[in-house]
Amino acid sequence: MTAAAHAPAIEAHDLTRRFGDFVAVDRLSFDIRSGEVFGFLGANGAGKTTAIRMLTGLLKPTGGRAMVAGHDVVRETERVKRDIGYMSQRFSLYEDLTVRENISLYGGIYDLTDAQIHDRAQTMLARLGLERAAGEFVRAIPLGWRQKLAFSVAMLHEPRVVFLDEPTSGVDPITRRQFWELIYEAAGRGTTILVTTHYMDEAEYCDRISIMVAGRIAALGTPAELKQQFGTSSIDDVFVRLARGAP
Amino acid sequence: MSDASAPAVDVEGLEKRFGQTVALAGVAFSIDRAELFGFIGPDGAGKTTLFRILTTLLVPDRGRARVLGRDVVGDLWTLRPRIGYMPGRFSLYPDLSVAENLRFFASVFGTTVERERAQIAPIYDQLAPFADRRAAALSGGMKQKLALCCALVHRPEILFLDEPTTGVDAVSRHEFWDLLGQFTRQGMTIVVSTPYMDEATRCGRVALIQRGALLAIDAPDRIAHSFDRPLFAIGADRVAAPGAYRYHALLALREHAHTHSVYPFGDTLHYADRRRDLPPDQITRELRAFLASRGFGDTSVSEIAPTVEDSFIARMGAPEGSA
Repeated sequence: MTAAAHAPAIEAHDLTRRFGDFVAVDRLSFDIRSGEVFGFLGANGAGKTTAIRMLTGLLKPTGGRAMVAGHDVVRETERVKRDIGYMSQRFSLYEDLTVRENISLYGGIYDLTDAQIHDRAQTMLARLGLERAAGEFVRAIPLGWRQKLAFSVAMLHEPRVVFLDEPTSGVDPITRRQFWELIYEAAGRGTTILVTTHYMDEAEYCDRISIMVAGRIAALGTPAELKQQFGTSSIDDVFVRLARGAP
Repeated sequence: MSDASAPAVDVEGLEKRFGQTVALAGVAFSIDRAELFGFIGPDGAGKTTLFRILTTLLVPDRGRARVLGRDVVGDLWTLRPRIGYMPGRFSLYPDLSVAENLRFFASVFGTTVERERAQIAPIYDQLAPFADRRAAALSGGMKQKLALCCALVHRPEILFLDEPTTGVDAVSRHEFWDLLGQFTRQGMTIVVSTPYMDEATRCGRVALIQRGALLAIDAPDRIAHSFDRPLFAIGADRVAAPGAYRYHALLALREHAHTHSVYPFGDTLHYADRRRDLPPDQITRELRAFLASRGFGDTSVSEIAPTVEDSFIARMGAPEGSA
C-alpha cells in the first residue's frame, strides 16, 4: 500500500464558513479514511450543504482547511474536482441521451481517452447487466437502473472520493439494496463514499455518520456507537433529539 | 347508502393506463372514516395516479371509485369541495406570502382564514411567525406545512397527501406526522402516500403498492408479522470497515446451503433460513459456525422482529427492471 492510501481521504481542520455575521459552518474537524462509507447528516439549514460545497471546491472557506483526495480544497481546487465524483438523485444523467451517450459525455468531461471510455463503458454495462439497454434513452429505463447507472458514471474516472446526495431516495427496497451493494463493493476497492441524506434508515448503512447541528458536528461515530451513546434503537431518534435540542 | 355511513373511500377494479404503461392494474380497497391510511411504495408504483383519480382530477379506464359515498366521475362537482388535496410537487404560489397563499385558497372555496381559524389552528400557529414571508423563501419543512394548511383551509372531510414528506428533514417529518395524527383524532380521514417504509408505522393501516398493484393491506404491525419465517440480524460492529465486511459476509451467505434470503438492512444483514420449522437458536448456532468458517468471526447473530420493509421485500418478488 502506498503512503497516499494511508492518508485520510477527507480531512477537515477547523473548517469554517461565515456569511457576514452568520457562521454557517463552525470549526468542522474530522478525518474520513480511504474506503470508508461516511454518512453526513443534518437538518435543513444546519450547514451541511455549505460544508459539502467547501469539500468539493465550489466554495472557499473563511477559516480552517480541508484536504480531499490528498489535495487542498483552496490551493488545489481543480485537482480536487478531478479526483472526486458526484451523484445526486435529482440530477446526474441526461434523460434525452442514451445510456452509452451519457457514459461518453462524462468520460469526455473527465478527459478520458476514447479507448478508456470504450473499455470502462463495456465493463460498467456488463457489471450492471445493462448491455442490452446501452442504446436506450435514459428517460426510458427504470428508475432503479438509472440510479445504478448514475452511480457508476460518477465513478467512471475512478475518483478516490465520491459524494452521493440521497442516493436511494424513492426506489423500491430491493433495488435500494442492490444500490448499497454497489456502494460497499466500491468501498471495498478503496473508494471513499460520503453520503448526505435526510433519511435516517439510509444513514444506518454507513460505516460512520456525523450529525451537524447549527454549523457544528454534534455527534460522530458508527451507527451502533451513536445508538448506544444516546440509549435509543434508531439513528432517527438520535437525530431528532440532537436537532430539537438546537437553539 | 347515505353519505355519512359510506366508507371514506371505496374502490373496485380500478385500472389506468398511459399508452403502454399500466399505472394501475385493477386495484380494490376500502378506507374507513377517520382513518390515517398510507400507500407505501416506490416512485412509479402508481400512487400519484391513484390519488389523482380519487381527487377527481383523472378519469379511470375501468373500475369504480367512491369517496365519501360519491362517485369520483359522476359526482365530481359535489364531491370536490369536500376533498382536500396536497400534490407531491410544491403547488403554492411562490411569489405570494404565506398569508396571501392562505387567503387565496380560502377564497377559492368561498370561505375566509378567520372563519376556519379553529380548524387549522394546530398548523396555523406554527406558520403565523412567517405570515409575511414569500412562500418561495420558506424551508422545505415550512413549505410542506403551508401546503397542508392550504389544503385544510376549506375544512375538507377527507385529505389526500401525495408524498408530503419527500425531501423534508427528519425533524420536520416527525412534526408533520404528529399534525396528521391530531387531525385524524378530530375525525378527519387522511390518505397519505410515501416511498419510505419506516413511515408506515405512523399510519393506522397501510397498503403496499408496487407496479400498479396492491401487495397487502393491513395494520403495519400485522404486515410486519406476516413475514413467515424467523428473521436474523447479522451485525459487524467491531470491525474497522463494517460496510465492506458485511458486504463480503453477504456474498458468503449467498453460497450457504440453507439461505432462503439475505440482504443488507441498515447496519446489519437480514437473514432468513430455508428450513422454516427449525428452532431459532439452532439456526443462530449454525449461522455463527458458518460465518466463522468463512472468516467472518467478528459478526453477531440475533433473532429479530421483522419490519414492514422485510415484508415488502418478501412480497414484491423481482424488482423493477430486473432481468
